[in-house]
Amino acid sequence: MSSFGIKNEKLAGWNRPPVFESDGEGELLEVAMGPHHPSTHGVFRMDVVLDGERVIKLKPVFGYLHRNHEQLGQTQSYLANMPYTDRLDYFCSLTNNWAYALAVEKLVGQEVPERAEYLRVILAELTRVQNHASTIGFLLQEMGASGTPLMYAFREREKILDLFESLTGSRMMCNYMRFGGCRVDASPAWIEATRKVVAGLPAFVDEFERFLMTNEILMARCQGIGVLRPDLAVNSGISGPMLRASGVNYDIRKVDHYGIYDRFKFRVPLGDHGDIYDRYMVRMLEMRESISILNQALKDLPAGPVMDPKAKIRNFRPKAGESYGRIEAPKGELGFYLISDGSPNPYRYRVRPPSFINLTVLEDMCLGSNVADVVLIFGSVDIVLGEVDR
Amino acid sequence: MKSVEEIKAAIETAVPGAAVTVIPNPAPNAQHSLLIGAQHGVAVAEFLRDNEELALDYLSNVTGVDYLDKEIPEKVKVTRQVSKTVDGVEQTVDEMVEETRKRVEPGYLEAVYHLFSVAKKHGPVIIRMRTANRTDQVELPSLTPVWRGAEFQEREIFDLFGIVFTGHPDLRRILMWDEFKDHPMRRDYVEPDDFEYEPTAHDEVLKRAQEHKAKVAAGEAVQ
Repeated sequence: MSSFGIKNEKLAGWNRPPVFESDGEGELLEVAMGPHHPSTHGVFRMDVVLDGERVIKLKPVFGYLHRNHEQLGQTQSYLANMPYTDRLDYFCSLTNNWAYALAVEKLVGQEVPERAEYLRVILAELTRVQNHASTIGFLLQEMGASGTPLMYAFREREKILDLFESLTGSRMMCNYMRFGGCRVDASPAWIEATRKVVAGLPAFVDEFERFLMTNEILMARCQGIGVLRPDLAVNSGISGPMLRASGVNYDIRKVDHYGIYDRFKFRVPLGDHGDIYDRYMVRMLEMRESISILNQALKDLPAGPVMDPKAKIRNFRPKAGESYGRIEAPKGELGFYLISDGSPNPYRYRVRPPSFINLTVLEDMCLGSNVADVVLIFGSVDIVLGEVDR
Repeated sequence: MKSVEEIKAAIETAVPGAAVTVIPNPAPNAQHSLLIGAQHGVAVAEFLRDNEELALDYLSNVTGVDYLDKEIPEKVKVTRQVSKTVDGVEQTVDEMVEETRKRVEPGYLEAVYHLFSVAKKHGPVIIRMRTANRTDQVELPSLTPVWRGAEFQEREIFDLFGIVFTGHPDLRRILMWDEFKDHPMRRDYVEPDDFEYEPTAHDEVLKRAQEHKAKVAAGEAVQ
């Protein structure tokens, strides 16, 4: 498993989707799934060519939500751009904040105080738990389990969003992190409330697992469907739970040790088959690891400032240079690439959106399967259109 | 991991004739990058991916950057014929004059690739390629056959910056619609005049309304 992407290099086109042909009976049907299909998580279109029930071609169509986020970022100052990052992946605004703050901190060599690092980890892991829970909920919704699993997930998500609201003032558009720390400190009451929520999370994951893991319908619909090979996953730049479900051990928290992730003990769950079930299972196990990180971080949370007193907020002009900062966001590798020319605005501001790039292999996973499975395969990728279209 | 200088040397021995320049990054993170000549782009990319020591099998981020034409003022000494009155007689005399002239350095479009290794868990190695100019010679070799991860991102650069990636299997617009003409991420992009009538125009809307009316009067736009 060490030579990903290398073993097939002599076969031209090995990383392209295979060509499927009609079996010659009947006519081909072209269907535009979306942009308002209930399973597309927003405005997204898949142009599908069907031979009976079988998918023989699939082209994703983007851009319905495109607002040129990168151009917006270049027309305003570094700090003014922070709230805009919330709107990329609106399920996980805090990890977006962190990735952007990390890129700017790398650009200017800014240090972050201890307490702020712990708070960042706590918030990022809470974000991961609520994102994975809702993703699994949505996946089951698309499988026909109408409403109930999603409501179980959203009940837990609501508790976490209440924590975000009491700390940052907003449930989803948190705008919390700054270059060199966090905006406000967490009160002892908030820490206590977080401890209580985190203590309740394992019971929720247990319950979720008991209901779902050996559910016959879930197993029949997910196992062996939408398989992604590990060599193709690496070559296609897939990241996050989707990459690890294919059996590739690559977690940026372990590889880069950004922030203070080297201080926590956690495992990286890996899949065996790279099918929908593995993607679901990896997310389930990652929730457990996140809860373990949360417990460790809440135990060691030090006192102190949450903002580096030397950090410059007004008249922030980084010296000329560039930086690429990336984190393990719940959906995959979220990166920000910045070029500074010494002015208050970034010369180039680029977002590396994980859900956009994870869609590269959507066609490969869907080809040959039934049209009803396309909905599930798409749901198992876990995308948010605010980030795909930017 | 090897330093950029070592990688440069390794590329130069493996791909003869490849032009590689180290672009230093003055920021504290010191992520220096390598500028690759576009002619050998694919060969260099294949070397970086298949070399056992580097094993850069994971292309994370691809992005475009636009650099406008630069006007550089230069002081030049020029000999010029000047009419002068010498001893009461008007004569033309050669004289050395210092002049500031503007030299135009052509702008270019740049594609930046951030490479990592999943097998060896190191990175990033940053490579860049530049087009000859911003107008008619905007081709770069596509690295999608080497790393599929570039597929959508190169399409995005083609869409928003206008770099044409030769060898890309499916080069179409991705975020803008197919009929769209311009490239919105270019630094000299001008928004199209899509003014809609508003009864009480004010501030910025008023400014746009006036610009629109002037254009209509000049016959450059339709009512």
